[in-house]
Amino acid sequence: MDFTLTKEQAMFKKMIHDFTENEIRPIAADTDLTGDYPAETMDKLFDLGIMGMTVPKEYGGAGADGFMSAIAIEEISKVCASTGDIVAGHNGLCVAPILKHGTEEQKQKYLPRLCGKGRKSVGGFCLTEPNAGSDASKCTTVAKLEGDHYVLNGAKIFITSGSEAEVFVVMAMTDPSKGTKGISAFIVENTFPGFSVGKHEEKMGLHGSHTTEIVFTDCIVPKENMLGKEGKGFSLALGSLDGGRIGIAAQSLGIAEGAWNECKEYINSRVQFGKPIAKFQNTQFVMADLYTEIEAARLLLYNACAKQARGERFTVEAAMAKLTCSELAMKATTKCLQFFGGYGYTRDFPMERMMRDAKITEIYEGTSEIQRVVISSNVL
Amino acid sequence: MKIIVCQKQVPDTSGKVAVNPDGTLNRASMMTITNPDDMNAVEAALKIKDATGCKVIVISMGPPPAEGMLREALAMGADEAILVSGREFGGSDTYATSQILAAAITEIGLDPDDLVICGRQAIDGDTAQVGPQIAEKINVPQISYAADIKLDADGTVTVQRMLEDGFMMIQTHTPCLLTCIKELNKPRYMSVEGIMASYSKPYQVFDYERLKDSPLIDPTTIGLKGSPTNILKSFTPPLKGAGMMLEGNGRETCDKLVGILAEKHII
Amino acid sequence: MAANYNSADIAAFKNVWVFCEQRQGKLMQTSMELISEGRRLADELHVDLCGILLGDNVADMAKDLGAYGADKIYVCESPLLKDYTTDGYTKVIVDMIEEYKPEVMLFGASNIGRDLAPRCAARLHTGLCADCTHLDVDVEGYVQFLRGASTLDVDSMEWDYANRDLKMTRPAFGGHLMATIICPRFRPAMATVRPGVMKKGKYDAAKAAAVEVIKPEFSLTEADFQTKVLSVEKAARKIVDLIGADIIVSVGRGIASDVEGGIKLGQELADLLGGVLGGSRVTIDSGWLSSDHQVGQTGKTVRPKLYIALGISGSIQHKAGMSESGCIVAVNKNEAAPIFEIADYGIVGDLFKVTPMLIESIKAMRAEKEAR
Repeated sequence: MDFTLTKEQAMFKKMIHDFTENEIRPIAADTDLTGDYPAETMDKLFDLGIMGMTVPKEYGGAGADGFMSAIAIEEISKVCASTGDIVAGHNGLCVAPILKHGTEEQKQKYLPRLCGKGRKSVGGFCLTEPNAGSDASKCTTVAKLEGDHYVLNGAKIFITSGSEAEVFVVMAMTDPSKGTKGISAFIVENTFPGFSVGKHEEKMGLHGSHTTEIVFTDCIVPKENMLGKEGKGFSLALGSLDGGRIGIAAQSLGIAEGAWNECKEYINSRVQFGKPIAKFQNTQFVMADLYTEIEAARLLLYNACAKQARGERFTVEAAMAKLTCSELAMKATTKCLQFFGGYGYTRDFPMERMMRDAKITEIYEGTSEIQRVVISSNVL
Repeated sequence: MKIIVCQKQVPDTSGKVAVNPDGTLNRASMMTITNPDDMNAVEAALKIKDATGCKVIVISMGPPPAEGMLREALAMGADEAILVSGREFGGSDTYATSQILAAAITEIGLDPDDLVICGRQAIDGDTAQVGPQIAEKINVPQISYAADIKLDADGTVTVQRMLEDGFMMIQTHTPCLLTCIKELNKPRYMSVEGIMASYSKPYQVFDYERLKDSPLIDPTTIGLKGSPTNILKSFTPPLKGAGMMLEGNGRETCDKLVGILAEKHII
Repeated sequence: MAANYNSADIAAFKNVWVFCEQRQGKLMQTSMELISEGRRLADELHVDLCGILLGDNVADMAKDLGAYGADKIYVCESPLLKDYTTDGYTKVIVDMIEEYKPEVMLFGASNIGRDLAPRCAARLHTGLCADCTHLDVDVEGYVQFLRGASTLDVDSMEWDYANRDLKMTRPAFGGHLMATIICPRFRPAMATVRPGVMKKGKYDAAKAAAVEVIKPEFSLTEADFQTKVLSVEKAARKIVDLIGADIIVSVGRGIASDVEGGIKLGQELADLLGGVLGGSRVTIDSGWLSSDHQVGQTGKTVRPKLYIALGISGSIQHKAGMSESGCIVAVNKNEAAPIFEIADYGIVGDLFKVTPMLIESIKAMRAEKEAR
């Protein structure tokens, strides 16, 4: 198994690294402080072809592989997990399901704009509800067929890019009597009558990525906007989450690496007791352990990417990668912040932001507990 | 119409540079990058391509690893890349290099409506000589230190040429050679699409065999042995020691400090 | 190139020549610096020092060049040479070099010199070394120079004390390496020298009067030009930003007792040096300076050639933003201030007293240089 990057992947990694350093790093702290959506950055990411990058050329994408999308999210998240989150949500949970399950008409209509061709549309994914978190099957948003359209009623919460996205993949109950087999998926545009953005969540971290409630009040969705087959919405959602989890694993890995990098620089310049604190064995051992764990996590992530690329089932691999990388993000930011001492607790250094950003990765797109459920139910 | 852009792959001298115990530079410690001014040259060419649809060819004289840099220019949007490479070329000074590049340009063929664009100078040699010397060898007018370039449909080239405290507006006509500075533009990033296409765009290598019969090449003045200038000695300045606390804080102390800074050409 | 001209015929070349740059009728300082330096080299070689001056109605400047030690000044005047053009100047200089065959040709490494010299060298089939900071002919002098300027063990090396090639030393690799270049097989050995590097000698009125002014025949017509100068303009003061600045003067908590006065001093020093004013975090938090002046972890990270810290203690946040500066000068009342740990030069004193003196010192040094 050779995870050496191909020439194109290496060139891509270099480009996204340079872009992140020059365009994202200077505004990362401010993005967190103001909570402003990084609109200019997103514009540039659209122009570069990062948004929807795995979409084939005929639909407006660059035809890149999933690895490259993971690399992009990882590199960006080293510096700004908020921006990384927006890209991950867009590529993994909106573009991917439409690409995989869309009809030719749906792909022609939505993929180009999700790739920034013509209108630049960010994408969103609506599954979670107030009473349907880990227990996602308890979907109460309903979709009633009335002639040539469906009428959606209900509310979704914790929707990434809820206030900026224009195209959403929404799970709604078309047949309540069938339980999970009664859930269908729809492509909903924010301009459809009855669509509205509700509460904006005030979060611990990831401030630049806006999380909102989405409310459907007699929302009119054309019949042809059903995504995939009726009653297959829940399995479509779970399948999409597999790919989405690769994105979050990449984001978490990026956060862990970003924290480690900042820490390395700090410990080599901070002098206490007559020498840089990098010279103390405790520091060295902790950094060595984290470095090892980051490498191990990376290989789990790449393995999941490889399986996905080969068209094989990668549910367990994605869950393992997401579980490992997210718990590592929390661990690495906590331990690295410790080395900064009091300074790490202040806003002068990025550590406290990274730690606040890291926490959610253990929760969204399937909590760590759910990942364990997925893994154990498959391997035991 | 086509534009030929000259690029050089250089060590990144702006970062931390390690010095060996014997005082020589540890070249392996430096990352290689595309010379920054050359990025502006590629961007200048691509801007003209965006406006006119012309072809952009990037060339570089260098060892095989320079292919990576040329591929990046292709990913930015250039159409073709040529690596000029051969043992015989190694160790060339600017005079020798400019002959070889001039021969390569002539081999590609320079049409009356073509442009050659170079970066002002490379961050390793820091000479700014190759551009003007290529222009002399291929016998075209040159305008250096270009901070703004306008190309008219009839081939008139109008350039804002920077001086230390101002600028000159100079006009010439294609074919000509321009050297550009970083103030000229902000180089674009490679796009994902460009990266995916990079390795399938035309790429070739001009070696010594291909160029040796060019009338522009004088075999006695290329390569390390032939170059008109040679390195007699190279050395690193003494390492920066610990800081110096100056005695006192009166006028003499200030004079002393100013004298030291002036002697070191810092002010 | 003339048919009978052979740049490899070393014995046929004699004398040190300097291209004397003038713009809009005013001699550039670099011309006088190079004449002074050229005099030293000409003496080591036992030959004449000549200047070549191009322009329109510029012959009067010749005596000023003579004052610094030139034996002869070749003046080529024409309306076509009024403004610098690569085409015009290259043609005339190359024609003159082919005619008079100097063994050494020096240019100031100004934006113009760096455009002109390489074109001439290429046409003349000879070597050129750019941005030289030190020139030697005598090997003994060169060895002595190396003793001070390098870590080389010069005494254990072999030296050919009879060698008369021009030894041209210059920085490379962004200044991390110094290289001494020679041009052994061709003439003239050409070099461009950075303005401000060589010392201008003392103005000698007697020498000025004695200089020989020669106006050689040369041919130059409109047909020789492929470029046209449309205009020559002075730039309005560019807005220099901290990141690109070569010199930064920063103020810190030390200006608290007189904020307005402290900022004025800092700005004056910055302006005098052609630099930018910066501030530590406390100056921004206290509202003394706007946030785009901030240097430090949460401000900008800078790497100027020279960083002068006035009344800045040197907290770790601040150090993170400027510790990689080429040269750090610190002025602080407290000798234990952490900034002195990373400063190259430190003065323990009150910035309100020291800064005005620094300003005076710099002005005095410049006046003395000009007056020579």
